[in-house]
Amino acid sequence: MSNEIEPLKDPGLPAHTPRRADIDPLAAKKAERQVAILFLLSAAGTILLIASYLFIPQDVFIFFPVLGSTNAHQLFLGLGLAASLFFIGMGAIHWAKTLMPDEEVVIQRHEFRSPDEDRAEFVKSAKEGAAAAGLGRRSLIKRTLGLSLGLVGLSPLILLGDLGPLPDEKQKMTSWKKGTRLVTDPGDRPIRPEDLEVGAVAQTLPAVAPGTHRKLSDIAKDAVLLIRLRPEEFNLDAERLSWTHEGIIAFSKICSHMGCAVALYEQQTKHLLCPCHQSTFDVTRAAKVIFGPAARPLPQLAITVDSEGYLVAQNPFNEPVGPSFWGRSA
Amino acid sequence: MTARERIAGSVANYVDERTGAAKWMKKNLTKVFPDHWSFLLGEIVLYSFIILLLSGTYLTFWFDPSQREVIYDGSYEPLQGIEMSAAYASTLDISFEVRGGLLMRQIHHWSALIFVAGMVVHLMRVYFTGAFRKPREFNWIIGVGLLTLGIVEGFLGYSLPDDLLSGTGIRIAEAIIQALPVVGSYLAFFAFGGAFPGEAFIPRIYTVHVLLLPGAFLALITVHLMLVWYQKHTQYPGPGRTEKNVVGYPLLPVYMAKAGGFFFIVFGVTAFLGAVASINPVWLFGPYTPAQVTAGSQPDWYMGWLDGLVRMAPPLESYIFGYTISWNILIPALIVPGILFTGLALYPFIESWITGDKREHHLLDRPRNAPNRTALGVMSITFMLVALINGGNDIIATTFDLTINQIMWFSRIGIFVLPPLAFVITKRLCLSLQRADRELVLHGRETGRLVMMPHGEFVEVHEPISPEKAWLLTQHEQVPPLALEEHDASGVRRPKALTNKLRARMSRAHAVAIPKATAEDLKQIENH
Amino acid sequence: MEDNLKRLSRFRRHRAVAPVLLVLALLSIGTTFSVAGAATSGPITAAERSALIEEGKQIFLKGCSSCHGLNAEGAAIAPSLIGVGAASVDFQVATGRMPMADMSQQAMRKAPLYNEREVEALAAYVASLAPGPEIPGEELLNYERDGSVAEGGELFRTNCAMCHNYAGQGGALTRGKYAPTVMGVTPRHIYEAMITGPQSMPVFSDKTITPEEKLSIIKWIKAAEAEPQLGGAALGRVGPVTEGLLAWTLGLGLLVGVAVWLAMKAR
Repeated sequence: MSNEIEPLKDPGLPAHTPRRADIDPLAAKKAERQVAILFLLSAAGTILLIASYLFIPQDVFIFFPVLGSTNAHQLFLGLGLAASLFFIGMGAIHWAKTLMPDEEVVIQRHEFRSPDEDRAEFVKSAKEGAAAAGLGRRSLIKRTLGLSLGLVGLSPLILLGDLGPLPDEKQKMTSWKKGTRLVTDPGDRPIRPEDLEVGAVAQTLPAVAPGTHRKLSDIAKDAVLLIRLRPEEFNLDAERLSWTHEGIIAFSKICSHMGCAVALYEQQTKHLLCPCHQSTFDVTRAAKVIFGPAARPLPQLAITVDSEGYLVAQNPFNEPVGPSFWGRSA
Repeated sequence: MTARERIAGSVANYVDERTGAAKWMKKNLTKVFPDHWSFLLGEIVLYSFIILLLSGTYLTFWFDPSQREVIYDGSYEPLQGIEMSAAYASTLDISFEVRGGLLMRQIHHWSALIFVAGMVVHLMRVYFTGAFRKPREFNWIIGVGLLTLGIVEGFLGYSLPDDLLSGTGIRIAEAIIQALPVVGSYLAFFAFGGAFPGEAFIPRIYTVHVLLLPGAFLALITVHLMLVWYQKHTQYPGPGRTEKNVVGYPLLPVYMAKAGGFFFIVFGVTAFLGAVASINPVWLFGPYTPAQVTAGSQPDWYMGWLDGLVRMAPPLESYIFGYTISWNILIPALIVPGILFTGLALYPFIESWITGDKREHHLLDRPRNAPNRTALGVMSITFMLVALINGGNDIIATTFDLTINQIMWFSRIGIFVLPPLAFVITKRLCLSLQRADRELVLHGRETGRLVMMPHGEFVEVHEPISPEKAWLLTQHEQVPPLALEEHDASGVRRPKALTNKLRARMSRAHAVAIPKATAEDLKQIENH
Repeated sequence: MEDNLKRLSRFRRHRAVAPVLLVLALLSIGTTFSVAGAATSGPITAAERSALIEEGKQIFLKGCSSCHGLNAEGAAIAPSLIGVGAASVDFQVATGRMPMADMSQQAMRKAPLYNEREVEALAAYVASLAPGPEIPGEELLNYERDGSVAEGGELFRTNCAMCHNYAGQGGALTRGKYAPTVMGVTPRHIYEAMITGPQSMPVFSDKTITPEEKLSIIKWIKAAEAEPQLGGAALGRVGPVTEGLLAWTLGLGLLVGVAVWLAMKAR
């Protein structure tokens, strides 16, 4: 295999050089003492741990450079534990290094391959076993066994069926309906257009009946961001413009990429940034993606005001909010 | 015979008469383990796993894996009266009401980071030294499996407290599941028991985190270690070390003391980190709600590269017959990692196919002597680093006065340009190191001493290196590339001509080397 | 247990917390001063007021008009200041953001160029151009009394954390802009930032986040600022990036260090 002409000679394992502790009893004694000191340090660590647990109250803070004003209970408990463990290790290793034999030992490896006769015998008995079972001859058994084993594999899948409901049309819908008021999150107060100055934002949710508890899975689809611009700053088609109200535009806050809450609104550039993957959306162009991995604009919620002058949804979202999924039509 | 010896003797007798253990023990107590710091990297992982089991069990005594909503009334004032899941509230209780609870949480989290980091460095050691070669391919695959499971296990653990940061992580995981063609929505609904976030996910991943995956770890680690034991450890080359022997310290007492001691060291270091450095301060994050998010939403580092890939993905989605395929999620989060990990798992087989080498190897390679493999490894690390950097682009941007857009573009271009560049540079570096080795053997070490020759010329004195060193630098084999004929004897193209051509080409690239110094070369120089 | 809870909840008042108390004391002194400074603009006569406005105009012409225009009408490089209100001027100038040191992406917080009196005059001048948000008075800013820290946290996480990070440490925005840290900012300036929306920051109007809610936010920020390290070094409170870095450097570094020592032959 190899093309070697004449390699250098292996000089063989170097002779063992004795350590100081091997030849000098004083050095050995010293090493023994060092090991003992390390074990004692460990014992001291445990005592520190016990003392901290029992005697340091949880509300004491001490200032240390780098750490800052830090909780003494937690710190000394941890340092005690760390010392008690670390120094046992140091002691054991130092002991092994200085006082236990350090002459290297050579043992031989053996080939893993079994001797040919063993292999032949194995093949023979395997074949005999197979023949005795007669699987090769009895093809009916072979096939039905295959079928039943294949089907049995399905049963765990079937039994897991109740892990969750099947996705349905609700997956594509939110709680927003025609006329649902936008209320502040948190606070649940309805909002009038005049409540928002130009450059203002508001985090909103759909109004619910008083006392109703919102489910997180609803919030995960319903969260909406309101932004007020000067109307002339919009660069929208007539339909999308009609979805805004006096310069107020509403977007789903759930990122069209992977569902994080997109609410980093830069008032000067009118950009919305998602902190998870940095998709950037241009608010003036109906949240068109201008940077990052998101492939779709944020869904826009058509808004208007109701008879009392509060902001409401004109219509439900006209597309599913949040990240893409297979059954989501473009 | 002392009393102690008598007792030990009778215990041993009792056990042996019932198990016949003496025969096995006799053989194995004298087992030899080569000593090298890099052989302890795997031990770091093993010991962190034990620490994770211990500290994790402690945490389960108080953790309540439930998404039932509760009102917090614990002692942490800034969250009093806030609605949160029981999982989050109990995490706060562990941190503030249980003495030592926060320490244990921090130890658990730090050792988890070290667990995965240790696996990565251990994997690098095994890779760069060629320890995965026959007969250790199975153990390599088990190792890759453990790494994959480790990443999943870490992510699940990070998700359990149900805080704002980890909830955002789960949200992203759900988006990835949902992006799978055809079955995505079904799988997501099954996993979450309905629409995201639901109330089922935390309890479910808790079972997986504390039962299923640790069980799988125990089984795989056992097999991994048994194989190491049975196949005996590899060793670095050196004088007296051959493919046929193992040079090292016996299990009893030296290795036992060292390895046992090292367990306490690993535990001590994680406890130290848990004592002095805050990790995952969930009380600051707040409970998860889908309408909130924090700047700098990051996963733990072992998922950071994945997040970095997702961040740099192009905004691609296809709409076909009313269905949506999210390439911007599928490519970075599933396809690329899938290719990477499959390639990683199959690498031993790929390399042996390229070299045609089917022999057993127990002596490790010095990385420079396998330039192609080393370069490929550095190339992969570079890829991962670029992805990882992009995963922290927002933090890097604010820390170093850069823009996220710059870092994103750097990564988008760098992920294609830098890994090949790293390959080329590493390969050349390996070859120059080989050249330096050759020079060293043939001409000795430069001493820095100048001597004036009789005719006035100054020359530097070279000192010959020791025979041990010379052996170390020349012990490796230099295997010629595979000779695969494209045409057979009668000039007909072989059926597998194309494959063979590719294989021969890779084999040539793999065999590139500076001829090592031989005894012949030395003789020639001496005769001059 | 009960006892424990009580003790924990009052940890900031404990005797052993001298450094924290010091920080708190300094803060409250700072707050008092700044509030006192603002309060002087209260009951003053019309004549004093017009003198102040005139003084502000002079400062404006010297220091601001080159960018913002002679009548604060704005120019290509700087926005109009008509209608931005006194609060905006106070925030921008008293935190040192204006005048800008250079034409970079964003004005940074730095030592203010003008003293309190001059800031007050500038604010009065700009406020005289058109009505706008006023500087919140001392009475309004009593966040310790009127705010709720838990509610503030909830509001902060919904409205602020996405840019300023979960612990108010700040974060990256697009193209090199960033949300600055809110640590160490006076309550008055935090309040002004919310009502005026400086630079990239949007406006949070009083109807969507009421004044009391704003005080709650301030109270939470101040609590976060004063919160000592409950679990050891905070690592910048920026999340898993620094944690990963520490695990790889200090954690793995220490372990590999010991491993090298372990495998070294003793002499």
